[in-house]
Amino acid sequence: MADDLLRTPLYAWHADHQARLVAFAGWEMPVSYTSIVEEHQATRQALGLFDISHMGRLEFDGPGALAFLDRLVTRRVARMAPGQIRYALVTNENGGILDDVLVYALASSGPGPRVLMVVNASNRPKILAWLQRHLTADESVVIRDTTRQTAMIAVQGPTAIEVVAPQVDVDLRSMKYYSGAVTRLGATEIIISRTGYTGEDGCELIVPAASALTIWQQLVDLATPRGGRPAGLAARDTLRLEAGMPLYGHELSEDINPLQAGLDFAVQLRDHEFVGCHALQADAVAPARRRVGLQLDQRRVPREGYPVVHAGQVVGAITSGTFSPTFNRPIAMAYVEAPFATVGQLLDVDIRGRLAPAAVTPLPFYSRHSK
Amino acid sequence: MKPDELLFAETHEWVHVAQEGGEKMATIGISEFALAQLTDLVYLELPEIGRTVAAGDEFGVVESVKAVSPLYSPVNGEVVAVNAALPDHLEILSESPYERGWIAKVRLTDEACLSKLLDVVTYQKQCACAGENG
Repeated sequence: MADDLLRTPLYAWHADHQARLVAFAGWEMPVSYTSIVEEHQATRQALGLFDISHMGRLEFDGPGALAFLDRLVTRRVARMAPGQIRYALVTNENGGILDDVLVYALASSGPGPRVLMVVNASNRPKILAWLQRHLTADESVVIRDTTRQTAMIAVQGPTAIEVVAPQVDVDLRSMKYYSGAVTRLGATEIIISRTGYTGEDGCELIVPAASALTIWQQLVDLATPRGGRPAGLAARDTLRLEAGMPLYGHELSEDINPLQAGLDFAVQLRDHEFVGCHALQADAVAPARRRVGLQLDQRRVPREGYPVVHAGQVVGAITSGTFSPTFNRPIAMAYVEAPFATVGQLLDVDIRGRLAPAAVTPLPFYSRHSK
Repeated sequence: MKPDELLFAETHEWVHVAQEGGEKMATIGISEFALAQLTDLVYLELPEIGRTVAAGDEFGVVESVKAVSPLYSPVNGEVVAVNAALPDHLEILSESPYERGWIAKVRLTDEACLSKLLDVVTYQKQCACAGENG
């Protein structure tokens, strides 16, 4: 493994527990510990523990922090109340997606909320530079990258909340999805949020790097008797794909705008000036291509880059594909030309020279609410 | 078959050569190391019976949840049999990689191709390095 890869505070634990480690976005990360399917099913049925410390964590000091971010993300965040978390996109002048992020407004003793943004690992340097570039001299906002001083742990699955709730000094059960709080776990101050990337209920913890190993081990010990287990990035990927969630570098890129990606819910164009808003207003009428879900009836898996075909013509391409452990069939996300993006549309995927029939399927493939 | 009776390709196929009816027959499968790395197999495309293959030709596909991996013929010859039970019972591959998990039999047209294959000790050294880097 290359020497310049970053390691999370939990690296030694992963290495001691036979994780397969891979390079991911500049980090040496566990891709799986035992089997992807076992880790996936454990998360759907009990809980999975994920080291997501590679995700970028940026803190914003100063009363103007939310007003500053309001000009740079697709959703209104200026008047977020303490405790709220919002999913949004950072777009360039053309409306192209620079990153998808979570903006946290956390209760604080100061005049305004404590503001945090979680960004994708691969985009952390780019977003940091983008934010610094747009920060004007008269804005008293200080951006701090706290990624290396902290660790981030996702606890996901139907028993996640009952496992974590007794350990923290906040009423986790009554916290809404997309809310967050500063709390204590034992003697350690942490940030906890009802968020995730698996389609399950659960929470994510941001903890000091020095406490990460102790907290992780504590969670592993609590999870194991309940059928929970550590899960790697591969299961995280199959889980998010079933849940219809886009992944930067696959469904999201600077060549794709949030409307093409079907993320209209995260775009507020009315009374909201932000970088990229004018380009998005122009595209809001009818994007020429759209993100769709596809499901297939055989066992060969459509992989990223495979052409999507209709009547012999290429009308799109796969962006992510896997074999769904929940549905026991291949599923994929793709961008296709708008006329072929309707649910029920029959298409073909060119899998290494042979066509496999596929049907446009509503996203998400999996919802915990409709089990 | 024991691993020390087998030859291995750098691309992780194993070969067992035996005399069958006056001809040299190569039985081919996937190494235990490769199967452990792949995990979560979902699909196997068997070689085509009757096809003439040269060493290094792609003649099948194995897919896991994570990735698709070509199967390369480690030898020169003609595919004369495949293990038709495997695609519906992929678990056999991991349960018994060197016996019930055989994939194809190839009638050898020459034996020179065998000299490029690795013995088990050399192959395991290659895997140990790959494990550290992978």
